[in-house]
Amino acid sequence: MRTVKADPKGVLTGSHYLDGDYALAEGALAAGCRFFGGYPITPSTETAERFSERIPHVGGVFIQMEDELASIISLIGAVWGGKKAMTVTSGPGFSLMMENIGLAAMMEIPLVIANVQRGGPSTGLPTLVGQQDMMQARWGSHGDYAIIALCPDSPQECFDLTIKAFNLSETYRCPVFVMADECVGHMHEKVVIPPADQLDIVERKWYSGPKDKYMPYKNDADGIPFLVKAGDGYRFHTTGLTHDERGYPVINAEAQDICVRHLCDKINNNADKIIELEEEDIDGADVVVISYGITSRVAFRAVQLARKEGIKVGRLRLITAWPFCEKRIAELAPKIKAFVVPEINYGQMVREVERSSAGQTKVVSVPHCGGWVHNPLDILAAIKESVK
Amino acid sequence: MTEIRFSGFGGQGIIRCGLIAGKALSLYDDKHATMTQSFGPEARGSACSSQLVVNDDKVLYPYITKPEILVSMSQDAYDQYEPNLRDDGLLLIDTDLVKPKPARAKIKTYAIPSTRFAEELGNRITANLVMMGFFTAVTKIVSEDAIKKALPGLVPDRFLGLNIKAFDKGYEYGLKLLDEEK
Amino acid sequence: MTQEKQDTAVNPLEGFLRMERIPHIWCPGCGIGTVVTSFAEALKKEQLDLDKVAVVSGIGCTGRVAGYVKLDSFHTTHGRAIPFATGLKLANPEMKVVVFSGDGDISGIGGNHFIHAARRNMDITVICVNNFNYAMTGGQVAPTTPMEANTSTSPYGNFEYSFSLPTLAEAAGATYIARWTALHFRRVTKSIREALNHKGFSFVEVITPCVTLYARRNRLGDGLNLLRYYYDKSEIVHNADTRTLDITYQGKLVVGKFVQKEKPTFLDAMNTHLGNVLGDDYQLYGRLNDDRD
Repeated sequence: MRTVKADPKGVLTGSHYLDGDYALAEGALAAGCRFFGGYPITPSTETAERFSERIPHVGGVFIQMEDELASIISLIGAVWGGKKAMTVTSGPGFSLMMENIGLAAMMEIPLVIANVQRGGPSTGLPTLVGQQDMMQARWGSHGDYAIIALCPDSPQECFDLTIKAFNLSETYRCPVFVMADECVGHMHEKVVIPPADQLDIVERKWYSGPKDKYMPYKNDADGIPFLVKAGDGYRFHTTGLTHDERGYPVINAEAQDICVRHLCDKINNNADKIIELEEEDIDGADVVVISYGITSRVAFRAVQLARKEGIKVGRLRLITAWPFCEKRIAELAPKIKAFVVPEINYGQMVREVERSSAGQTKVVSVPHCGGWVHNPLDILAAIKESVK
Repeated sequence: MTEIRFSGFGGQGIIRCGLIAGKALSLYDDKHATMTQSFGPEARGSACSSQLVVNDDKVLYPYITKPEILVSMSQDAYDQYEPNLRDDGLLLIDTDLVKPKPARAKIKTYAIPSTRFAEELGNRITANLVMMGFFTAVTKIVSEDAIKKALPGLVPDRFLGLNIKAFDKGYEYGLKLLDEEK
Repeated sequence: MTQEKQDTAVNPLEGFLRMERIPHIWCPGCGIGTVVTSFAEALKKEQLDLDKVAVVSGIGCTGRVAGYVKLDSFHTTHGRAIPFATGLKLANPEMKVVVFSGDGDISGIGGNHFIHAARRNMDITVICVNNFNYAMTGGQVAPTTPMEANTSTSPYGNFEYSFSLPTLAEAAGATYIARWTALHFRRVTKSIREALNHKGFSFVEVITPCVTLYARRNRLGDGLNLLRYYYDKSEIVHNADTRTLDITYQGKLVVGKFVQKEKPTFLDAMNTHLGNVLGDDYQLYGRLNDDRD
């Protein structure tokens, strides 16, 4: 993994008052993204708008594709063409992208997809908040593979985590999701963009050996294969079919075993390095509130209220939702009375908390079906109930 | 923590008011200010609104619940949002566009003919800036200096001068009003 | 005809195929291999730098072409070869990007992408092998299946109207359009050469029999017979009005070069327009008209 300083051309250094959607676009530009294929969908459209306005001044391509299927696969083409690429969408578009998210996983393509989540299912609540695509992010495409998903809780984090998403995607050669939500996407707050020389950007893992020896799926010592750019004389092949190191189709169980294990293990085995959590007052806590995205801010308000009532509450924020922090949860479970898990869905990540706790502690879901954030008092009630 | 709602009808620059105040507070007044607005078909009714939560530390709950300050530049917006104003809140209205009911509880009302002033200055589109000046003077929640620093980028360059004039007009009117009150 | 057949005997595939992947999966008598040979011949005659040519395929029998050519070659998902090619071309404009796929892939599941790439005059070449059915999955009815033809999902004969691909391409904005049968070997080669040299969206349709499924099901004889039949039924009408190119079951096939016109490509239009509007603030991307030979 080689890092370089960000290209100043894409970095809008300074303090700004931006919404989360704009901050996603700024994060992408700062990370070196120079290709954006998108399709408008509320509440993510502002990211595409911002990118289309900014990219002519930076050097790169914005193209509004005919649908989300085209958007996501244009990214895969663009990455093989040597660019860093991003798209942004919301629930229905995310569903449409799923097949080719699988192709990106199978072809091991570094790219970033931001999902500004709204309430679903179907057309649901286009303009209102949801966090209902968390499981889809992990399991949405068919077959077995692993991905990385990050959850910003503010416009500032939309910027920061988009850069992190690009860096992780290049490090592990996989698609990375920025799982924002309508509330974070549409709220305006201060966003500080540092100077380019303070931003570490992971470079693509370019192959540099003899041209005729290049194999797109031959693992390096760190378990991640090298990439090349089409047009540079490698004359390689790649496919969505199960393949060998050369990228040639091999249709049997043995090749499948190698292929699928690799796609999953390269993420799972590096989970400790990938996972970022924000923890506060966990030691000695009776209850730990686990949350992510906008809900973590609302939950924090509830935690403050609970502390005023004398309850020992810790906070654990999932900055990385996938891979899930199962080790940390397993470690905490026997030490506390309960986990309380508010999320703007009918109970998704809470299943992971339950799985990782393995019956060692109580797990309390605080569901919200979408359309608004939780009332902090509802989370407070769950906290109080959980320590009874 | 202070909760503020700017309201009026579409085209008055109501969202812009939230952006200007939010930017001024968070970039130049060292506050945390989270601005939200209503989106979509449900936001295209007659009443339009932007909301601001202002705090010394990070804003946690992002939406306003029961605002201390309500700015209304249309009757519909006033009718819709006034009931949610805190009993001891501040109500700022456009004299000519809002006919308020008798003030409820301890609500203090301040009125300015912002649209008329803007027309006198040459363009009614700057009525929101007249109101912003008035808001700045009356509420003292944001500094005059910060608002002026926040304007570039949020109003078209060629109208910057006119917008500042409009702001000053509202600001002076507000100060005068407070003075008379004493 | 004789002359053309002799040409096919020359092996232009030297260094062009991934020999380690041969034998290929295509049935004996299938025309896809012939079209690949034409493509190889075209590349050779044009003396193109093969490092700068990419082939993108979707899914299906023709979708396997990407797997056999020794170029940067991408076997993508069903219907999505064209938007993949769009991303590749825009990311690396110095490449010649060729989409090689079947009728179902391009005009069925990928139909939306086909018309939009044509509309944008995206600078790619699309070679569509039309065998009138979904062959890889067992010969189902396709958007190109002629009326009455029997397929495994039109077992009583097809009653849906079919697409004429050149009509669709022109209506959508393609700037180079030709149609041949696979036996028009030299003409296919020539059209592919022209398409490769064309700036903009070029489309070459090649009609070829699916001997195993379509031909057998409709009792149309073996591969060579059917190839020959299509060839004999064809009538060359260059510049034909593309609205007159409907294909009927075993009927006359109008072939030829129908459209060849100049129009700024997506990238040219982007560079010109943004350059005009933004002036010196615009970061020129890729190449401009002026840079071209």
